[in-house]
Amino acid sequence: MSETSVARKETYSYDDDIVKMFLIATLVFGAVALLLGVFIALQLANWKLNLGLQWTTFGRLRPLHTNAAIFAFAGNGIFAGIYYSSQRLLRTRMYSDLLSRIHFWGWQAIIAAAAITLPLGLTVGKEYAELEWPIAWVINIVWVIFGFNFFKTLQIRRERHMYVAIWFYIGTIVTVALLHVLNTIQIPVSFWKSYPVYSGVQDALVQWWYGHNAVAFVLTTPFLGLMYYFLPKAADKPVYSYRLSIVHFWSLVFIYIWAGPHHLLYTALPDWAQTLGMVFSVMLIAPSWGGMINGLLTLRGAWDRVRQEPVLKFFVAGLTFYGMATFEGPLLSIKSVSALGHYTDWIIGHVHGGALGWNGFLIFAMTYWLVPKLWKTELFSVRMANAHFWIGFLGTVLYMVSMWVAGITQGLMWRAVDASGRLVYPDFVETVIKIVPLYWVRALGGTLYLFGFVLLLINVVKTVRSAPKSEKRETVSGLGLADSKPEVYAGKPHRMLEGLPGVFTVLSLVAVLVGTFFELAPTFLSGEFAPTVVGLKPYTGLQLHGRDIYVREGCYTCHSQMIRPLVWETKRYGDYSRAEESIYDRPFQWGSKRTGPDLARVGSKYPDLWHYRHMMDPREVAPGSIMPAYPWLFKGKTDFEIISKKLSVMKSLGVPYSDADVENAEADARREAQAIADKLISEGADPKTAEKEIIPLISYLQRLGQDYKKGAIK
Amino acid sequence: MSILFLLLPVALLLGFGFLFAFIWGASGGQFDDLETPAHRVLLPDSTEEFKTGEKRHV
Ligand code: HEC
Repeated sequence: MSETSVARKETYSYDDDIVKMFLIATLVFGAVALLLGVFIALQLANWKLNLGLQWTTFGRLRPLHTNAAIFAFAGNGIFAGIYYSSQRLLRTRMYSDLLSRIHFWGWQAIIAAAAITLPLGLTVGKEYAELEWPIAWVINIVWVIFGFNFFKTLQIRRERHMYVAIWFYIGTIVTVALLHVLNTIQIPVSFWKSYPVYSGVQDALVQWWYGHNAVAFVLTTPFLGLMYYFLPKAADKPVYSYRLSIVHFWSLVFIYIWAGPHHLLYTALPDWAQTLGMVFSVMLIAPSWGGMINGLLTLRGAWDRVRQEPVLKFFVAGLTFYGMATFEGPLLSIKSVSALGHYTDWIIGHVHGGALGWNGFLIFAMTYWLVPKLWKTELFSVRMANAHFWIGFLGTVLYMVSMWVAGITQGLMWRAVDASGRLVYPDFVETVIKIVPLYWVRALGGTLYLFGFVLLLINVVKTVRSAPKSEKRETVSGLGLADSKPEVYAGKPHRMLEGLPGVFTVLSLVAVLVGTFFELAPTFLSGEFAPTVVGLKPYTGLQLHGRDIYVREGCYTCHSQMIRPLVWETKRYGDYSRAEESIYDRPFQWGSKRTGPDLARVGSKYPDLWHYRHMMDPREVAPGSIMPAYPWLFKGKTDFEIISKKLSVMKSLGVPYSDADVENAEADARREAQAIADKLISEGADPKTAEKEIIPLISYLQRLGQDYKKGAIK
Repeated sequence: MSILFLLLPVALLLGFGFLFAFIWGASGGQFDDLETPAHRVLLPDSTEEFKTGEKRHV
């Protein structure tokens, strides 16, 4: 190799401080996410833990928990791992230390903003995309800064060849940027309130395209990249098959993107879109299991070490949970299985198998391996780490099993009909009371997991304390970039059509074409996709405002608004939901979990007074209910002034309000509120009720399903 | 159906972006050697190991 002989030798160093910063943030927010998780789990077991305060109620804390777990804990963990491994794999320091730090502090600022706004009820109301538009845009900007820094680092790399982990990181950075921007296109009403430009079915499709890929490209691809780097390092064995890892990456990126509709099976999404989503989801099992097997086989010949070393234990268990979750996922994407599992706790169990077992364990493995390396010392206690493993493992298993049992039990109770075709459990609360004991078991599982995590924290703190004080900067020397380009890469541009790469190109072309069809077809079938209904009245200003209160309180975390075309479901809730019914819904509120009953047709099911009493104290009208009470809705005053602005934004988005509607919105809303309040007051409600937020909420609830019932929709 | 004017280009962009990345990687020889990279990762990070080009089999 003549070129390399003239290579210039360079000395450089890695930026490990940024890795430490992200790792510490990971551990801090891991504690927060887990604490929140245990807390909301307990709220479902005992409603009193909602504490009667708006900021601590389930509907507001659940989004905080999911955001903390995904973006703060997993997110920071990914960044720590990416910054550590990329610098070494590319044999260069990050392009800019300053950009790395802007990334770090920007990300923590986003998390802080989330921690403040979500409990205040400032939310978009779409899962994992709850943060309101100013924060969402900061996310976009910080992400782009991270991406820029990363790609610049790629450009100045000293190692021409990009190890498979780098590909996983690239896939993550590009896809997350696109998805997030796309899903956060909102029109502001005020600084902390906005409406998505999409509505109803469209909003649902974009949201789950995003939501699914948040799982794919935040909780899967980057973690696989980390696995492909840290597992071989920890085991000191090359990955079992490098070829398989490459296949794993490319097949994942081309398939994952299209699997989103499996979140919308049996909904008002067109059938063909559901079927395609299902097919792609089932296909996913192949690359996923390929990856799991590749990881596990990497440990061939090292199994004796697994018994002693906690790092390897966490990897093995993590990969196994990955395998379980990626088997369960495709299974749940099959329509008949989804019919049983969707909306139940089975899904919650599925998610936590992935989150606790795969993401959590991988981060723990990485932490136990990295901390001694970064602080140049030994791990304080291997025994403690092993104890963490077993406690965490037990916690995860308890969590998953209790949720499987709860989900399947409740799913079966919902669908049970007797010989005469009547529902065996017509009262929804009955199916809730049955599974409350399992909510306690779940909370126990979560607590154990948290306890294990505390052991990790202690271990890390003790390890760092024992680190040698004065640290001199470690440098690395290697070849300069310009010279290290071996001729083989430059000389064979036509190799791509030979062998494996050729096959790949063809395969990926096919995948893209299929994906394109999937996205294109709706254009031709747009009539079916964008229903316009002549004579379908949009929400009144008061109802719209009530809807925003529904979103603010996170009612969607417990209630769906999407009745599936299944016999037992239409018997319980009324005729199945039509796409037309949500054309004015920004955001759509179909929901994903039924801790309470579906509300799509709850309008006119009960008198106003029932809702009034129910919201004040659900147990007064529904004994045994676990729904929180909402006393603050009876104290907080309705902001009538903003309603006109809301209508004008809706109008600009194409909702058929007249100029007069917008202009008179406030007066109309007051009149409407007064009418509802007068009746309630005559039935014994508080005399000042007309001003209170409970009124718009009731007017919204009473509107639900009315268009269909009154025949405006066929 | 305004959503599609957005979803469609983005989906295509993403798909073709990855396709392009793949072709770029393949033609640059990124996937030619499916053996050595797995071993190269295991080399120690610091000092002399990378001094010469010997370790980089191609
Ligand atoms: C912790 C989960 C949870 C949250 C959050 C929640 N609910 Fe409920 N909801 C339930 C449960 C469980 C029931 C069934 C028992 C009952 O009627 O209270 C229920 C029942 C209802 C019902 C009666 C439905 C029927 O057909 O009988 C309405 C209406 C309702 N909830 C509205 C709301 C609204 C509005 C919010 C948000 C302000 C909300 N819920 C938040 C759990 C929840």
